[in-house]
Amino acid sequence: MNSKKDSGSGHSKKSVSRGMAAAWPICLGYMPIGLAFGVLAQKAGLSPLEIGLMSVVVFAGSSQFIAVSMLAAGASIFSIVATTFVVNLRHFLMSSALAVFLKNADRKKLSFFAYGVTDESFAVNLSKFRDSQWDLNSALVTNYTANFTWIITTMLGGIGGQFIPAHAFGIDYALIAMFICLLVFQIRGYIYVITAVIAGVIAVILSMLIPGNSYIVIASMTAAAIGVVLNKKIGSGEGR
Amino acid sequence: MVSKAYLAVILGMGLVTFLPRWLPLIYLTKRSLPSWLVEWLDFIPAAILSAILLPALVTDSATRSIDLGQPEFVVAIPTFVFAILTKSLGGTVIIGMVFFGLAEKFF
Repeated sequence: MNSKKDSGSGHSKKSVSRGMAAAWPICLGYMPIGLAFGVLAQKAGLSPLEIGLMSVVVFAGSSQFIAVSMLAAGASIFSIVATTFVVNLRHFLMSSALAVFLKNADRKKLSFFAYGVTDESFAVNLSKFRDSQWDLNSALVTNYTANFTWIITTMLGGIGGQFIPAHAFGIDYALIAMFICLLVFQIRGYIYVITAVIAGVIAVILSMLIPGNSYIVIASMTAAAIGVVLNKKIGSGEGR
Repeated sequence: MVSKAYLAVILGMGLVTFLPRWLPLIYLTKRSLPSWLVEWLDFIPAAILSAILLPALVTDSATRSIDLGQPEFVVAIPTFVFAILTKSLGGTVIIGMVFFGLAEKFF
């Protein structure tokens, strides 16, 4: 704690404001989803405290939705935990991609950072790390701002979510629009376009054929491998 | 107030969610990675964002079939164009929401 304060001059203040500024599209997008989750969880018989605890301990939106419906259906602990594992396995890929930018970073900070790796924070932080200005402190602030929003909105949803007009102003589209722009940021040459198109097409086809969301991991690993092969064939440097 | 069974569920969920997020960050940041792996990981963000996004845009999650007429997809086209032209994250989020809000009124 102290060492944080010692280095807490203008530099870390800047990390805080930059991290929070980067988090707002995520927070906007989490609000309707968090409220909806709270309402659903409350209907499944969970108290606001229980909802908040799950959001703190797990912090993974889609798996929380699935877990609540499984709880309501009386599923076993093992099947809920196993399902959660499969649903959240995609974060393994995201953390791996982020690790490239965090060589020899402080282990404790990395552990706190790992807790907050979601689809949304991954996408925002990865784009930011490409600008050399971004550091782990800013990334931590982004993650915990998003985390705080998720915990609060899920609990609010559990308390009285049905009274909040959660779907106004096209807010349901906030995360999709954010992903669209962050995908555009990732396109740094035509090989990236080809890779993204292949990943998208495989994902669409698999999502209709196999249950769950494992199509995300399969499609992106396959498409990235094809990207590597194409890059080799076409000759290094050209697509970048 | 909070039952032991419920605590066991969320602790189990928390553990299996945290480990895949944590292990690569702890192990891969301490090693020098082979160049093919770095290159592969370099393609992962574009691939994974597209793999998350496209099914959400073009498939109807309820029926698991392709539906190019749904507002999610129709609105995505001008949103993509706006993102490419402006490279503004905040602007794209706002524009996407406005278009989607309008589209929901007409669909």
